[in-house]
Amino acid sequence: MDDFYRDYILDHYRSPRNFGTLEHPDVAAEDVNPLCGDQIRVELKLDDGKISDVRFSGKGCAISQASTSMLLETVKGMKLTDVAQLPKDAVLENVGIGISPTRMKCAMLGLRVLKSAAIGKLADWPDEE
Amino acid sequence: MTQTLHSDAKTERIIADFPILGRPTSRGKRLVYLDSAATSQKPRAVIQALVDYYEQYNANIHRGVYEIAQRATDEYEHARVKVAGFIGANTSEVVWVRNTTEAINLVAYSWGDHNITAGDAILLTELEHHSDLVPWQLLAQRTGAQLRFIPVDARGIHVLDDLDRLLDGCKLLAISHVSNTLGTIAPLETLIPRAHAAGAVVLVDGAQGAPHLPLDVKALDADFYAFSGHKMLGPTGIGCLYGKRELLEAMPPFLSGGDMIRKVEYTRTTFSEPPRRFEAGTSNIADAIAFGVATDYLTALGMPWVREHERALTGYALERLAELEPRGLAIYGPRDPARSSGVISFNFADIHPHDLASILDTEGICIRAGHHCTMPLMEKSGWSATARASFYIYNTEADVDALYEGLEKAARVFQI
Repeated sequence: MDDFYRDYILDHYRSPRNFGTLEHPDVAAEDVNPLCGDQIRVELKLDDGKISDVRFSGKGCAISQASTSMLLETVKGMKLTDVAQLPKDAVLENVGIGISPTRMKCAMLGLRVLKSAAIGKLADWPDEE
Repeated sequence: MTQTLHSDAKTERIIADFPILGRPTSRGKRLVYLDSAATSQKPRAVIQALVDYYEQYNANIHRGVYEIAQRATDEYEHARVKVAGFIGANTSEVVWVRNTTEAINLVAYSWGDHNITAGDAILLTELEHHSDLVPWQLLAQRTGAQLRFIPVDARGIHVLDDLDRLLDGCKLLAISHVSNTLGTIAPLETLIPRAHAAGAVVLVDGAQGAPHLPLDVKALDADFYAFSGHKMLGPTGIGCLYGKRELLEAMPPFLSGGDMIRKVEYTRTTFSEPPRRFEAGTSNIADAIAFGVATDYLTALGMPWVREHERALTGYALERLAELEPRGLAIYGPRDPARSSGVISFNFADIHPHDLASILDTEGICIRAGHHCTMPLMEKSGWSATARASFYIYNTEADVDALYEGLEKAARVFQI
């Protein structure tokens, strides 16, 4: 587990990318991990069904914050329908191996919030797909 | 520190009584268990009591006429005598419950619903665990009562300046004996007489008190005292509500069903006297018996020794952790071990407590990280989470040193 805290993880924890809020987000979602209190809010700007801009805010451990920061770096330009289908590996490929089972919820929090934003938005416009 | 040095041989013997403390972790590390405020480890005698019940005399109580049923009943009721003796209560004033939470809920519903009315005040403190807060919030919603809070200062020490105003119109004071988050010992010797003088009944949440401090509920003059077996060497699923006889006698049942009745007709029932009035259904028989054995173990050690051992260890831990303060370690709660009971909450630079706990875990060190079921206190104090180390009879200065070295490792990993 201590191998997990590599330089780039600490870098994303201390200097998260796309951190903050959007002025007029098209869609937003947030969630907490009730066990540990980690919070993540994700805001998306959309252009023709694709993500044109993204921000996240929240607080929590290095795992939840760095995982979210790295995940969101990969989603600009992605279709909302593809975001809704993102697998766990989208996170695990970024953060690598070594997350203990008890901390997996921390790693997956950002992905869960991102997908719920996408799925919620897709449910809003079933006819426009 | 001389006290701890003197008791080293005793602590070594205690450690040998706890099978889990002799088992290395999956990484081959010595288990350094610093989370006894969450649940304590169990000595061999307690584990054996569970095995003996199931292997030798497993039977339901208060019913069977055969030999093993009689033995089960005797052992179960004898455990009540032991636990009552441990806290200085009469046996008939000790109600078996699952845990502290259930004990408090029992009082909130059975006593609260019949004694609290609109406009009454219920006085709590800012330190309360959710289990001594949420039941009173619900009672206040049901009755229209008002909740008030005794404030604490930045070190988690109760501030009593406004106590007279807070107690005016107050029907109930519900207060934790020891804060599970900060370790603060409540000034019950001052608070209970003043609450009584104001006409309030006093419930003490003793989840962190009974395991660690010499206790005499009669001398303390608490009206209710709630505690759990599993934080004091006993099994999970068993706890106690102590209540003064006259209060328990006036209270209606909480849960109802079998084993708490005198006579049942199709349309009405006459209930048993306390404590059985509050013990509906088959209890945790084995767990109650093993809880009795746990109190035997603590009594043999002597609760004054337990208190002194933890005070000395807390003092040593505060000294060691203070060495890390220049590097960003923040220690919360009382800095005087005479005012706290074996609990230290802290944060280390910008390392989130969960990351800290994960890194310490790789060294076999078990601490708690999070809000410790005191979310309002965390919010008021401006902490999103803290790390917490808590001590018990089997902890040593070597465990504190292991914690210190684990924190040094965390500092290296996080490049602090």
